[in-house]
Amino acid sequence: MTVRFKIIGQARTVDVPSDMPLLWVLRDVLNLKGTKFGCGAAQCGACTVHLNGTATRSCVLPVSAVQAAEITTIEGLSPDGTHALQRAWEELDVPQCGYCQAGQLMSAAALLEQHPQPSDSQIDTAMNGNLCRCATYLRIRQAIHRAAVLKVEATQAGRPRRLNGRTP
Amino acid sequence: MIPPVTEARGGLSRREFLRASAIAGGGILLASYLEPLGASNAHDFLVEPSPSTLNALIRITPDGVVTIVSKNPEIGQGIKTALPMMVAEELDVDWKNVRVEQAPLDTNRFTQQFAGGSSATPNNWLPMRRAGAAGRAMLVAAAAAQWGVPAAECVTEKGVVHHRASNRSVSYGAIASAAASLPAPDLATVPLKDPKTFGIVGTRVRGVDNHAIVTGQPMYGIDVMVHGMLYATFAKSPVFGGTVAEANLAEVRKQPGVRYAFIVEGGAALTGLLGGVAIVADSWWLAKKAREALKVTWKEGTTASQSSAAFARQAATLATQPPQRSLRKDGDVDAALAGAAKVVRAEYFYPFIAHAPLEPQNCTAYLRGGKLELWAPTQVPESGRGLVARTLGIKEEDITIYITRAGGGFGRRLNNDYMVEAAWIAKEIGVPVKLLWSREDDMQHDFYRPAGFHNFAGGVDASGKLVAWQNHFVTFGDGQTFAPSAGMNASEFPARFVPNYTLSSSVMPIGVPTGALRAPGSNGIAFAAQSFIDELAHAAGRDPVQFRLDMLAAEQPAPAPAGTGPQPIPFDGVRMRGVLEAVAERSGWGTRPLPRGTGMGVAFHFSHRGYFAEVVRATVSRAGVLSVEQVWVVGDVGSEIINPSNAENQAQGAVLDGLGQALGQEITIEGGRTKQSNFHDFPLLRHTQAMPVDVHFLKTAFPPTGLGEPALPPVIPALCNAIFVATGKRVRSLPLSKQDLRPT
Repeated sequence: MTVRFKIIGQARTVDVPSDMPLLWVLRDVLNLKGTKFGCGAAQCGACTVHLNGTATRSCVLPVSAVQAAEITTIEGLSPDGTHALQRAWEELDVPQCGYCQAGQLMSAAALLEQHPQPSDSQIDTAMNGNLCRCATYLRIRQAIHRAAVLKVEATQAGRPRRLNGRTP
Repeated sequence: MIPPVTEARGGLSRREFLRASAIAGGGILLASYLEPLGASNAHDFLVEPSPSTLNALIRITPDGVVTIVSKNPEIGQGIKTALPMMVAEELDVDWKNVRVEQAPLDTNRFTQQFAGGSSATPNNWLPMRRAGAAGRAMLVAAAAAQWGVPAAECVTEKGVVHHRASNRSVSYGAIASAAASLPAPDLATVPLKDPKTFGIVGTRVRGVDNHAIVTGQPMYGIDVMVHGMLYATFAKSPVFGGTVAEANLAEVRKQPGVRYAFIVEGGAALTGLLGGVAIVADSWWLAKKAREALKVTWKEGTTASQSSAAFARQAATLATQPPQRSLRKDGDVDAALAGAAKVVRAEYFYPFIAHAPLEPQNCTAYLRGGKLELWAPTQVPESGRGLVARTLGIKEEDITIYITRAGGGFGRRLNNDYMVEAAWIAKEIGVPVKLLWSREDDMQHDFYRPAGFHNFAGGVDASGKLVAWQNHFVTFGDGQTFAPSAGMNASEFPARFVPNYTLSSSVMPIGVPTGALRAPGSNGIAFAAQSFIDELAHAAGRDPVQFRLDMLAAEQPAPAPAGTGPQPIPFDGVRMRGVLEAVAERSGWGTRPLPRGTGMGVAFHFSHRGYFAEVVRATVSRAGVLSVEQVWVVGDVGSEIINPSNAENQAQGAVLDGLGQALGQEITIEGGRTKQSNFHDFPLLRHTQAMPVDVHFLKTAFPPTGLGEPALPPVIPALCNAIFVATGKRVRSLPLSKQDLRPT
């Protein structure tokens, strides 16, 4: 079927089977490889994207359900990779294998939209569907708190602070 | 070659062929079917302008950018950052000017390109530093020659050579091309820095791929795209080692998007190409969907009669019989047990568990003109190449392997079954193909951490000292051979720390694939041994930390090496005492009263050259609900922590990984197949279960060693020992989700 939706601000039309999960449309039709396949059963959260602003598991979402929707993937979380969460993730050196982190970031970004200063328990609730096999959970939690601070600082400074390379 | 279902559009046009060829030498081709949506997909593999190559690991461009090649697979252990740090340290460059590039498999230029056994640090600590120091020596020699001064008068600092006496300096970028033409110094004698002067090693350096990761750039095996590529799924027998009797291929070929469907005969080795049905389609999702229409009659074979329950019954019977084999015998255990003031006997069990790396197994393969290219997230590309060469009858030199970043390894990717499957499918269809397993394929076709059964007897004397230790280990194998990762080393603790010690084994035949899981052997043995030590401490009425310190003080010298083969690395009681004392202090062991229902437990373990002692504080409610509150970790991995940021991350991850195993993980074999299929019935630790993990390293005067594994084993017994204090219940069987923890 023909499905039209907006992705990272661009209008797209795909002609794919109606039951094809959004994940595979993203990865193999639109060649957006940032969204990951982990379980195919909404168990791990590696495939998390924003569907009209809500964190959604794309691996079980048929493409027919995104007709006219607005989708954001990790590639579009920020125009230049400087979302407060991305900066915090780099600053605190969160990733190990890194495979789950796109999904973690998308869940965390939806959380921060709702709760700009989340408590630990709000983090737990929002993030519990995202598995990290390397178990970087402690740094993820720390980085979400750090991103909340960075966001406030950026608002106060009037514009986002650029990340300063890869310096230790 | 298998004829395609329809006229394959996979035949490459001349123009496309040339394009594919040009890219093939340079890395992963990331072609896109549509215009890329964002800059993140633009992946430029062009080499930088006119680099000067100092050696296989170092290139420097005139603008001073230093490219360091990382030779080992990156699976999340941080090696792609750590090895270049060692090179950069001795090369004496500013880390911010370093770019890191992943090497393909190239055994002519590199050695030991694998990820396993926490071995990269001990194996590469000197070679990487020497490569960096050799590069520095060449740059200094070139500058000295240009200035007509002795090289010994020149110094370097952050990518610049200085001659202080004449107040001259030159950047590495400016002198690199002259340096590249000089002879390389002898690596064995090239001078190395005094570690006291290190400026990169020992500092918190962020992962070199962090930015690419957080912006979703393609870099994993699953992300590889080759022009004209098709997608494959491969259905194997649910019963391990089974083969295809017949399959409804005609029906499968009628499914939308299917290009090929064929039977793979396969061989008998569980680590090689097994029988199954390959389905190749225009997209992976269509291939997977077509698989739902697949009906196979399997020749299941003899493993169909095996089950976890039958293994447990068989193990219980073997435990009552004399052991089949003696692995070690010191002193006289029978006499010591007879004379002991207190004797404890206990049986311990741990189940099969899966690796479940988050990136499912995959490999992209392209065979043309007798040359095979493979893009693989593997821990052992070299053995993968060997397996593929043997199975397909291709010469190793005709196989190119690109090492992709791997979404976790944990030992699963020490086997290359997915590589040989992809290669075979590529050979059959003659079109580039990406094989991708489903999560269910991964869960049900793993090389599982083998279950284990330990039958202990131990004795303490009237003074509370351990005098006898006996372990009849019932495990898997065939005669004198243990199944993979199902063996036990005769030097395993407390060998040499108790005067009367026996270790013996009995084996059961197994058709279920087993293999190394992060801290193989240790991840089960530590649970059993350190829990049983705790039982003995409590039986002796001793403090569990003090009881262990006393055990460690009773070290007997390691025997002289026997034979010429590889020798086990001896356990050093002094180093273990160091970490145990430190963790007791950091955790406030024994210094504060604990509320009712709360307990602290301790354990230590030596593996992969690393010494780790850990304390867990846990609470169990009256309803038996466990909450783990905090973990303290102290490790000794030698004189340097290469990258403290990653070291802490690895140790925390290993500890939480161990807790996840202990809390709820079990693979159950029924009818020769795996019952569990996905994360709903094989639970990984989640955010809400992650508790604070305090990590501290003791630096000692030993060469630095690896960190991927040794922090894991002690946390499981430390937790179970805490549960005993909290509840009075001794956990002798995992996972904890199956135990009744209500306090007695």
